[in-house]
Amino acid sequence: MSAQEDQLKDLLVRGLSGDGAAYHAFLKALSAFLRAFLRPRLARVPDEVEDLVQETLLAIHNQRHTYDAAQPLTAWAHAIARYKMIDFLRRRAGREALDDPLEDVEEFLGAEETEAHEARRDIATLLAKLPDRYRLPILHMKLEGLSVAETAKATGMSESAVKVGVHRGLKALAALVRN
Amino acid sequence: MRTDQLIEMLAREPEPVPPGAVRRRHAAALGWGLAGSAVLMALFLGVRDDLAEASRLPMFWVKLALPLLLLALAVAGAARLSRPGVALGRVAAGMPLPVLGIWALAGVALVAAAPGERVAMLMGETWRSCPFNIAMLSAPFLAGAFWAMRGLAPTRLALAGAFAGLMAGAAGALVYCLHCPEMSPAFIGTWYLLGIAIPAVAGYLLGPRLLRW
Repeated sequence: MSAQEDQLKDLLVRGLSGDGAAYHAFLKALSAFLRAFLRPRLARVPDEVEDLVQETLLAIHNQRHTYDAAQPLTAWAHAIARYKMIDFLRRRAGREALDDPLEDVEEFLGAEETEAHEARRDIATLLAKLPDRYRLPILHMKLEGLSVAETAKATGMSESAVKVGVHRGLKALAALVRN
Repeated sequence: MRTDQLIEMLAREPEPVPPGAVRRRHAAALGWGLAGSAVLMALFLGVRDDLAEASRLPMFWVKLALPLLLLALAVAGAARLSRPGVALGRVAAGMPLPVLGIWALAGVALVAAAPGERVAMLMGETWRSCPFNIAMLSAPFLAGAFWAMRGLAPTRLALAGAFAGLMAGAAGALVYCLHCPEMSPAFIGTWYLLGIAIPAVAGYLLGPRLLRW
């Protein structure tokens, strides 16, 4: 477990400095832990597990600047997963009481589940609802893989507007996901 | 979109993230809060006329020390609560110490005073306005602290809101020290704390509504 902590932390720290391959590996590994963490806790709503995995990944990406390398990665990721799960359950409010003890940080990296099920909510559909100043930078840079300069040229936006558009667009997308 | 595609999207050319985001954001919020609070002070209250003389008295600095210590603790607590998975730790244990300190001073002063003077030491001349003036001066700090936290990731929203309010209240009280003529520990230990409590309670109530992400 501590080997996993070290490995994941190394990947995230490299990802934070701009290493896309390391960051991809981090998100990929984390998604397996998230799935294994959420599935038994959301046993009554199995169809919604993958939605919440995606929502949590998006949240982790958007809040990644709050990670401090002096801090255990497990505690950080677990706190976000737990927060997102409680937020999700509150949104479904009143339907079912939460009967799961939440002192489970120890077991957070204990299991992996790599098999992703279909998400019910389609993030691509939500992406299409964003205004162009967010949607186009995300589309060109994050989905088609164009550079900042190429995206600026294709959209007629300035390079800084493109960067801001990606950043704010992913936050706006996270807000849409929550609704 | 499948989860794999989402990960692909998020990890493509990720923007590098410089460390220190939590500190920078809270520092910026305190800076803007101070500017706003100074404007309110200039518009509605003004600096006390005898500031130079007062600053030669030890009690002036004792009075400053209370909000200053509370501010330092509240900033540390707010910064910790802005990060997922970080507990309050020793900040929680430290919080009561400045309060107990001023109460101890107040107790000594009240016991030493003649019985007829005690009420005046507690109520001063400005007890009616003091807590509300502190709350007013803390408002820009509160707005700043909430702005800072909304860009970070608090997971205990009521507690995070309360610490944002505590930080704002202590900062507002610190600014108010430049106006306030009162010099009695009993006054400071009562009305200043009440003034600081107003934004703290406001933050506690607003946190769960405004800090969700």
